[in-house]
Amino acid sequence: MTYVIAGSCIKDDSCIEVCPVDCIHPKPGDPDFEAAEQLYIDPDLCIDCDACVEACPIDVIFAEFEIPEKYEYALELNAEFFAERNTIQRTAA
Amino acid sequence: MARARPRVAIVGAGPAGAFAAAGLLRAVGDAEIDLFERLPTPWGLLRGGVAPDHQEIKRLDETFDRQTLARGCRFLGNVEVGVDVSHAELARHYTAVIYATGAQTDKSLGIPGEDLPGSWAATEFVAWYNGHPDYRELEFDLSAERAVVIGNGNVAADVTRILALSAGELERTDAADHALEVLRDSRIEEIVVVGRRGPAQAAFTSAELRELGNLDGVEIRIDRAEVELDPVSSRWLAEEGTFTARKNLELLREFAARPARPDARRRIELRFLRSPVEIRGAGRVEAIDVRRNQIVRSDDGALRARGLDEEPVTIECGLVLRSVGYRAVPLPDVPFDERYFVLPNERGRVLTTDGEPLPGVYAVGWIKRGPTGILGTNKRDAEETVRCLVEDLRAGALTAPPNPAPEQIDALLAERKRDLVTVEGWRAIEERELDRGRSEERPRVKLASRDELLGAAGGPRAS
Repeated sequence: MTYVIAGSCIKDDSCIEVCPVDCIHPKPGDPDFEAAEQLYIDPDLCIDCDACVEACPIDVIFAEFEIPEKYEYALELNAEFFAERNTIQRTAA
Repeated sequence: MARARPRVAIVGAGPAGAFAAAGLLRAVGDAEIDLFERLPTPWGLLRGGVAPDHQEIKRLDETFDRQTLARGCRFLGNVEVGVDVSHAELARHYTAVIYATGAQTDKSLGIPGEDLPGSWAATEFVAWYNGHPDYRELEFDLSAERAVVIGNGNVAADVTRILALSAGELERTDAADHALEVLRDSRIEEIVVVGRRGPAQAAFTSAELRELGNLDGVEIRIDRAEVELDPVSSRWLAEEGTFTARKNLELLREFAARPARPDARRRIELRFLRSPVEIRGAGRVEAIDVRRNQIVRSDDGALRARGLDEEPVTIECGLVLRSVGYRAVPLPDVPFDERYFVLPNERGRVLTTDGEPLPGVYAVGWIKRGPTGILGTNKRDAEETVRCLVEDLRAGALTAPPNPAPEQIDALLAERKRDLVTVEGWRAIEERELDRGRSEERPRVKLASRDELLGAAGGPRAS
């Protein structure tokens, strides 16, 4: 299971501040932060704790099984962001 | 030893001002903050810019309220700094002044015909449908079959979507009633969105682009040839492209592969690598001429659109919405950088034209960094400005103002603005709007003229 952030994300970083496992990226200061249109949750690290849902000021973070239809794309999109990011980081290393 | 509570005026109650107020209260718990606002309502573009069908984003107003007004920050609405009260007067009443006035006007295209009736800045259309009281009287003529939107950013996507939505969909939003009336009778069938650069460089977020492709009863069209990348763009995308740019291209290719939908109620057509060269018409907009561009890498490494030596192509249309960016305007009695259209500043400390810090004067948001970023960008931006202000405060660089008592600024405002809107007035406006919204099953029904807003606020009336 994982939580996902939908495309309406405004990059208020309240969710990053409360995430206990540091699975929400990019973070302020990361090289890809400014260009990112939203924040994403790494499905491999998310522990389903719900803290980000509580923190999101506009309620656009959802548990995987509760994603509204119009945001269905978000599950794949969050995962894809990390798949691509990890590849880039491995290549750079 | 007791120190005087710092008193801070924030000019502009939009997102940047709200984030600054919230950040300042977190950093200096006993700061006394007055939020000055030209309109009778707070939250700036959250209320007047964010599209009415994006209600989840507008929910940020609850956080703003909880972190500012509910914590004792005062709202002083319907007061224009520079007109009703001067910068010098603020300086006499407050320890510090933070400018958060945003970017209030549009960049122009600089082409002939731009000022023909029927050619509008997209932001005028936005302010009109969002119930900004200064734009209520604008008359948008939606009787032509085709509209052209110039620009490839999220404002362009917003206005395109609003033109494409059905009356039924719009009626479930908080779009202003005067706009709903006109949009309901819209005869626009096709919206052509023209971008200067290519599909890989479009500034839409993939979320906004995806939405354009998923509207009920609306066909999205893009010619397959348009999504073939030139070699410069291909290389750029592979080497420097962002996740969003790759997502956008994926979406555009998927749109291009869709079968035609002759049954669609409306069509959105995306055209890239084209610049408008002239808007034409006898007395009002009848057509726009666009010329093709190619992408070139300029000396500074950036990708630019360069016009091809070809004849322009004419697109017939009755409405042009120009969406090529916002621009700030100078404020009376504070320095202004005419080149970048911002208050000259270092990390939020406003500088004189000679580059010296102007003690006690700060900037935040678009007037500080230019019109870039999204809502949350202002949070980090505000934290930076607040850090500077707190540093200056702790270093003793901010002197106590000669008239520090709240009663002194209140007396001045009472004399000048009999229809000042305080937090109680704003709460009365909000209650009226939400009540009407409940009875119409809408998120809210906006009061969209100054008279209605001031009437609902119910302050002392000039008679």
